[in-house]
Amino acid sequence: MLINRKEVQQIAVLAKLNVSKDEIDTIVTSLDSVVEMINHINEVDTDNVKPMANPMDAVQRLRADVVTETSNKEVLLSMATNADDDYFLVPTVVE
Amino acid sequence: MSNQNTTQWETVIGLEIHTQLKTKSKLFAGTNTAYGGEPNTQVSLLEAAMPGTLPVFNEKVLRYAIRFGLAVGAKVIAKESTFDRKNYFYPDSPKAYQITQLNHPIVEHGELVIQDDKGNDKTIRINRAHIEEDAGKSIHDKYTQYSAIDLNRCGTPLIEIVSEPDLSSAKEAVRYMRGIHTIVTHLGICDGNLQEGSFRCDANVSIRPVGQKELGTRTELKNINSFRFVEKAINIEIKRQIKLLESGGTVTQETRLYDADKNETRPMRSKEEANDYRYFPDPDLLPVVIDQAYIDNEKQFIPEFPAQKIIRYTQDLKLKPDDATTIAHDKELSEYFDAAVKQLGKAKPKVAANMILGEFSALLNANDAKVEDNNISPEQFAELLEALAAGTISHKIAKVVMEKIWGTDSTAAQIIDKEGLAQVSDTGELETIVKEIIKNNPSQFEAYKGGDMKMFNYFVGQVMKQTRGRANPAQVKTLLEEL
Repeated sequence: MLINRKEVQQIAVLAKLNVSKDEIDTIVTSLDSVVEMINHINEVDTDNVKPMANPMDAVQRLRADVVTETSNKEVLLSMATNADDDYFLVPTVVE
Repeated sequence: MSNQNTTQWETVIGLEIHTQLKTKSKLFAGTNTAYGGEPNTQVSLLEAAMPGTLPVFNEKVLRYAIRFGLAVGAKVIAKESTFDRKNYFYPDSPKAYQITQLNHPIVEHGELVIQDDKGNDKTIRINRAHIEEDAGKSIHDKYTQYSAIDLNRCGTPLIEIVSEPDLSSAKEAVRYMRGIHTIVTHLGICDGNLQEGSFRCDANVSIRPVGQKELGTRTELKNINSFRFVEKAINIEIKRQIKLLESGGTVTQETRLYDADKNETRPMRSKEEANDYRYFPDPDLLPVVIDQAYIDNEKQFIPEFPAQKIIRYTQDLKLKPDDATTIAHDKELSEYFDAAVKQLGKAKPKVAANMILGEFSALLNANDAKVEDNNISPEQFAELLEALAAGTISHKIAKVVMEKIWGTDSTAAQIIDKEGLAQVSDTGELETIVKEIIKNNPSQFEAYKGGDMKMFNYFVGQVMKQTRGRANPAQVKTLLEEL
């Protein structure tokens, strides 16, 4: 096995996914086959290959520093699960 | 100090400084970045993380980052830089990742010279400066059961400036932070406003026994937004770590928050979630490719920095080192000074410096005004100094004239003329006044003749009072000595 239950649980926590105990073994098996497949990439000799940041043969277009957007406040707040007149409201986040 | 513990500790500090760039629009969308807007009115669909939106890179940010690289003598200003995603969930970042530059940052390997605690020059290496986006703001004190989120700041461009762990004390850290602040404000790429969060600092702090090569376990102090707090936070954290190690404990690598009210640091995030950001290249953004000419073109925007200014002020203009330093470090003040000095004929730059740091600064404070408000233009200021140098007015009257010029278009000459403030240098007129005062104060005059030097000052004071400060002090002195 290339991936274990603990790792799957940890990834689930990081991805904010709720994985039940019943599901875990199936997920471990499925993810293990994915990792195995991806592992083949490590067999390729990449010593003289330039790292590729993007598969498209193009470079980033630049934008002038100009304000083009206007307020979307009402529509954005109306789509939120919870909001008051000014703010999005979320369960208390305490640092 | 305990006698049992003989270990000498040394401190190792590295700083990460988040510098908000002074652009009109955000990093990846044409959304207004102005501070203090009504909540959530400066949020485009991109910052709200609506599906289908794509980031488009703001060229100003690239140019500003290059200028910073040039200013710190960076060995690398990348001709090809790329963006990565740093993944984490937090309500002030709707898309659940921050776009940053992990693998190919725009700037690498710069340096900044500061003074160490003994006053010697010390080079602090800058590992990198990368472009990234700021998050929104969470407001915790508005509701008891909710945090309120304002996304106006979300997507505002930052460069994060990462130093090597070359700093050895809290004071050095502050000097380094001030040094970077000076650079970004003089470059004009950041407004440098610490209160508004435009310039914030995280400090990585560790200690090790003197002589030990390997670094101790570090803690990261987050989001310190004043020079004073940086020093206090680091010192309190050093104390905590020493106490911990000397009592047999170990330092845990963690993120800690400095609480200025309690003057303590405390852990911030749970350990297992820390440092697992699952970075990967952002597929929405292509590599940013520039050539040498593009980089060279930014050199014209690199100004004269305080260190160079200080040399010019002390050597060419003969200012006192302290005055030169004070003026040079204040961008607006030094620009004002330079503009005024350019207009001077007979008057000395040294007098201009004295006046700017003395009466002029006092006047600014009294009116709660800034240099750049231009209540007295550099030209008006220079004319005033010329009148002083020509002996038309005394130093004392110069202050009065300055107050009258404030906020008007009048020249010093016009004010002096209108208010009758020209210095009385007519010996005949002064002699009459002096004689009159002597006549009215016979006993004081006797005491003066008897050698009481306090009375000399008394008479000078009386003459000044009589002439409303317009008497030429040197002449009054000569007259009194002759009588």
